[in-house]
Amino acid sequence: MSSLNEGAKSGPGSSGFENRTFVAWKPSALELERRKIRSQQNQRNILIAGLSSVVVLGALLAVLVTSPGWKSLTDTFFAWAYGFEVFPKIILGFTTNIMLTLIAASCVAVIGMTLALIRTSRSPALTPFRILATIYVDIFRGIPMLLIILLVGFGVPALRLRGVTNNVLILGTTAVVITYSAYVAEVLRSGILTVHPSQRAAARSLGLSNFQTLRHVVLPQALRRVTPPLLNDLVSLIKDTGLVSILGVTDAVRAAQISSSRSFNYTPYVMAAILFLLVTIPLTRFTDRTMRQAIERQNAQGNA
Amino acid sequence: MNTPVLSLDGVRKSFGTDVVLEDISFDVPVHTATVFIGASGSGKSTLLRCINLLDGIDDGVISLDGESISDPRINTDEVRRKLGMVFQSFNLFPHMTVMENVTLAPIRVQGLSKSDAQEQAAELLKRFGLLDKSESYPDRLSGGQQQRVAIIRSLAVRPRLLLLDEITSALDPVLVNEVLSTVRDLKRDGMTMVLATHEMGFAKQVADEVCFLHEGRIVEWGPPAQVLDSPQDYRTRDFLKRVHEAGRL
Repeated sequence: MSSLNEGAKSGPGSSGFENRTFVAWKPSALELERRKIRSQQNQRNILIAGLSSVVVLGALLAVLVTSPGWKSLTDTFFAWAYGFEVFPKIILGFTTNIMLTLIAASCVAVIGMTLALIRTSRSPALTPFRILATIYVDIFRGIPMLLIILLVGFGVPALRLRGVTNNVLILGTTAVVITYSAYVAEVLRSGILTVHPSQRAAARSLGLSNFQTLRHVVLPQALRRVTPPLLNDLVSLIKDTGLVSILGVTDAVRAAQISSSRSFNYTPYVMAAILFLLVTIPLTRFTDRTMRQAIERQNAQGNA
Repeated sequence: MNTPVLSLDGVRKSFGTDVVLEDISFDVPVHTATVFIGASGSGKSTLLRCINLLDGIDDGVISLDGESISDPRINTDEVRRKLGMVFQSFNLFPHMTVMENVTLAPIRVQGLSKSDAQEQAAELLKRFGLLDKSESYPDRLSGGQQQRVAIIRSLAVRPRLLLLDEITSALDPVLVNEVLSTVRDLKRDGMTMVLATHEMGFAKQVADEVCFLHEGRIVEWGPPAQVLDSPQDYRTRDFLKRVHEAGRL
């Protein structure tokens, strides 16, 4: 016992650091000199970055503007007056994209989570569902979404089933949900699998049931890890809602198409693109930040 | 004599063709500590995992308070509620504060109200000098503090028996002592324990019985003074000699 206690007493806490007195620190002449050099280097770097940016971007702009097609390009794609004239219609269409995104994302969250939980469970009763879930994910992750939209949007009404809607908006949303559930299920499943088995062992040894372990220990950690990829999927989902326009849903893409086919001017498309960017760019930045924070958190844990 | 808290009879465990435990039999009476020593790979950790039903056994019987827990029809969650387990790698839940770690099982498993569970947890944390850390996340604690929280977490469900699996092996030498003194306190309070350890000095202090495990078999057992100071079996002597040379006795 005594030897162990002595070991603790001679630890880092009592090795005499507290006796040291701290005097107000002034940088030495050497350090001042180094700071001067660093600040000079810094100024030079900023100057170089600014200059090269101006030269390269300026040259590109000059080439564009002086090119023979510049006039017709601006007339066809950037006819702002016309663009703002049709803008309300496109905005109205864009609300459909947003609504579709919100509804689809909620459904995808539920279905994707269910699929992921089924695929990661080991319960024998769920074996047939596990097989079905695997087949589902394999199929719908491997088919272009446009095909699914066409199959559901045109194929399902062709069945003439009673009680099944012919509403293209609902069918289009269904197609989006079918595809994205498969993507999201895989992201969630990989997250669940990255939680170390020792976490499960610790929870089970405390007497938590399998479900409680999942709910309180595994899923919170898994979700934290997959938040960045899930946000990426959300950005893709917003963009892909534009694909349902092929069924005749009047979303931003379709609204732009209608205007542009009337005028033979493509500015409405550009306006629609701007609307999508207004939503996706902030979301992408937010995703980047979340990802950086997740990495920092993981590194902090590694150091502990 | 009273029924032992834990009793193993002829337990065998293999992974495929690899026999990890063979004919393991011992009793752990109430308020006593049984310490398993042996080289890495001798089966100490597997033994504790089997007792906690984290791994299944191939043969033999494990009984808790006279009731067989190796029956496949047993409710494993109920058995685990009576057993506390502390791991070599702490295994605290990184997304929860110390307080949340400690109160999770009392709230979810024992059905305590949040305030009751927190009150009880605060008492335990205070007793082991960790109350000021209750709102910290595990990654802000030292290894020794994390392991002490892990011990407190397993105590919070008031287990009949505590299983400690090489709880100091992942710690700096300086931090080992704070964890060991926690275990000594528990022993003084009458906690029944089964431990696997490499700390021979510590084994000598807390053990009522020491078992030397060699290639999955208990080759020597008895009071610590006997097994550690005058071992009879040549394999025990050999092991202790190597431990001594490594400077851990």
